Amino acid sequence: MKEQEARGNALSAAQVAHVAKLARLEVAPGRIEEYRTQLAAVLAHIAKLDAVDIAGTEPMAHPFESSNRLDDDEPVEGLPIEAILRNAPAAEGRFLAVPKVLAEGD
Amino acid sequence: MQHADLTALRDAIATGAASAEAACAAMLDAADRLNPVLNAYHETFRDHALAEARAVDADARAGRPLPPLAGVPVAVKDNIATVLGHTTCSSRMLGNYRSPFDASAVERLRSAGAVTIGKTNLDEFAMGSSGEHCHWGPVRNPWDTARVPGGSSAGSAAAVAAGLCAAAIGSDTGGSIRQPASLCGIVGLKPTYGRVSRWGLVAFGSSLDQVGPMTRSVRDAALMLDCMSGLDARDSTTADRPATALAATVERPVEGLRVGIPRQYVSGANDPEVNAAVQAAADAYRAMGATIVEADLPLTDVGISTYYVIAPAEASSNLARYDGIRYGHRAQLRPGEDLFTLYARSRSEGFGPEVQRRIMLGTYMLSSGYYDAFYKRALQVRRRIKEEFDRAFAECDVLLGPTAPTPAFGFGANADPLAMYLCDVYTVNTNIAGICGVSLPAGHAVRDGKHLPIGVQLQANAFEEDRLLRAARMLERAFAERNAKARPAVSA
Repeated sequence: MKEQEARGNALSAAQVAHVAKLARLEVAPGRIEEYRTQLAAVLAHIAKLDAVDIAGTEPMAHPFESSNRLDDDEPVEGLPIEAILRNAPAAEGRFLAVPKVLAEGD
Repeated sequence: MQHADLTALRDAIATGAASAEAACAAMLDAADRLNPVLNAYHETFRDHALAEARAVDADARAGRPLPPLAGVPVAVKDNIATVLGHTTCSSRMLGNYRSPFDASAVERLRSAGAVTIGKTNLDEFAMGSSGEHCHWGPVRNPWDTARVPGGSSAGSAAAVAAGLCAAAIGSDTGGSIRQPASLCGIVGLKPTYGRVSRWGLVAFGSSLDQVGPMTRSVRDAALMLDCMSGLDARDSTTADRPATALAATVERPVEGLRVGIPRQYVSGANDPEVNAAVQAAADAYRAMGATIVEADLPLTDVGISTYYVIAPAEASSNLARYDGIRYGHRAQLRPGEDLFTLYARSRSEGFGPEVQRRIMLGTYMLSSGYYDAFYKRALQVRRRIKEEFDRAFAECDVLLGPTAPTPAFGFGANADPLAMYLCDVYTVNTNIAGICGVSLPAGHAVRDGKHLPIGVQLQANAFEEDRLLRAARMLERAFAERNAKARPAVSA
């Protein structure tokens, strides 16, 4: 059912709002329709994939079949804390500072 | 020396015929003068670059042995990490980001003696084909500043074309090195996936991304790849192969070369002068004794569809790390607003519209219930595309075709996102299959009284860069006169 919906290109404003939420994006209500139109056009183009015969074809996630390479089990230096904190939006001492998000009693 | 290629400059520095410091200063001066027009650089490193160049001159005078890139100024796309300056990805999200480390490719170029001259602008997070989607303003094409340089490695292409560096590096996820190289009249090489370490390249589509050279000649591309390639323990997807040694063989023509021309590449949708350039290339190869064979790549047309599933899916996952907590832009919260709002507002303020569009596209296609219909199917088509290339390469050594369907277009000409995506129809499948491809200049079209470069693309199978660049060098030699007919309007 959902596959047909996707193929039918019936992307709704509610779906765009839901996807924005999943993607942790704040989309102004006035921009939802613009995104809906643009995304729907791309999805309609992507529907060309339906015409390709993929019966019995294994998915290929990566250009080359590769196996994991393991490092020797030896400690290596990480980055110094100061180098990390230099890019922090806010820091206190040796810690990243974040806004308080829990109310009293939470 | 500003329009000599990197190899010639390197040789002149080594023999004392040119000063590295003077060459570097001339390029920095040109950048100061022309960057207000071209916007190729986000920043340049004058003091650092001149000091390094001076040290090379001292070594050369003292007769000390010099590394292969000693003293040549190289520009770095701003999504490749450098300790020097910033690494912004041309995004507000990383506007103040300073990398604590150099990318592997940068580290290797530096140890080969290259001087990092500056960081170049790009379409934000490497998403775009025009150089228009840059938080620091659009990049302009040195051949006609009313037109785009292509993208996403827009600033690197413009800087090389205008003589603001000896060579540059870019990244190519679906054509981002080759398409701007084509539109700016330079050489752009997308190496085989796994040739060059991605460590320190800001991740976009991890199974597609490659770092590669953007240069004024084929031999420069060979030399640059020799200095950057090879196994890197910090990127488990680098191929377990030694660094390439292409510069030693690039002048040697390929005997019995078989050039395949996919019938799908010479399309009526292309600009007629683009098709004519491909035809001229075929004629030149034939005159050099190569065999021209017709190839068949029926899945060419579904490349864009496949790419716009895989790349946004990988991007939505890779860009999830930008949450406003540890680094990058953080939005201000009003009292009572929650953690979700902190994430969402930081991301929406930090990312531009094209990046948000692709994140949403990828998120949608990976969301519950849609995965099989989009992502899994695209990965199945991906294997079919790779198999199709394998069949084609059984009959020929390289594939010849256009790099882009048209020469440089005007600002705003592809404002519709899908129209912009279709510019990459001839380049995305190289990344999807993980093979290598190079764009090189093939003459000019004249529009509005301005000469605009046309590029042709050669592709070869995985790890066949030696044959690829030797074949490219043959064509470069044959096209020397054709390409010498015009020079960029804005140039050092």
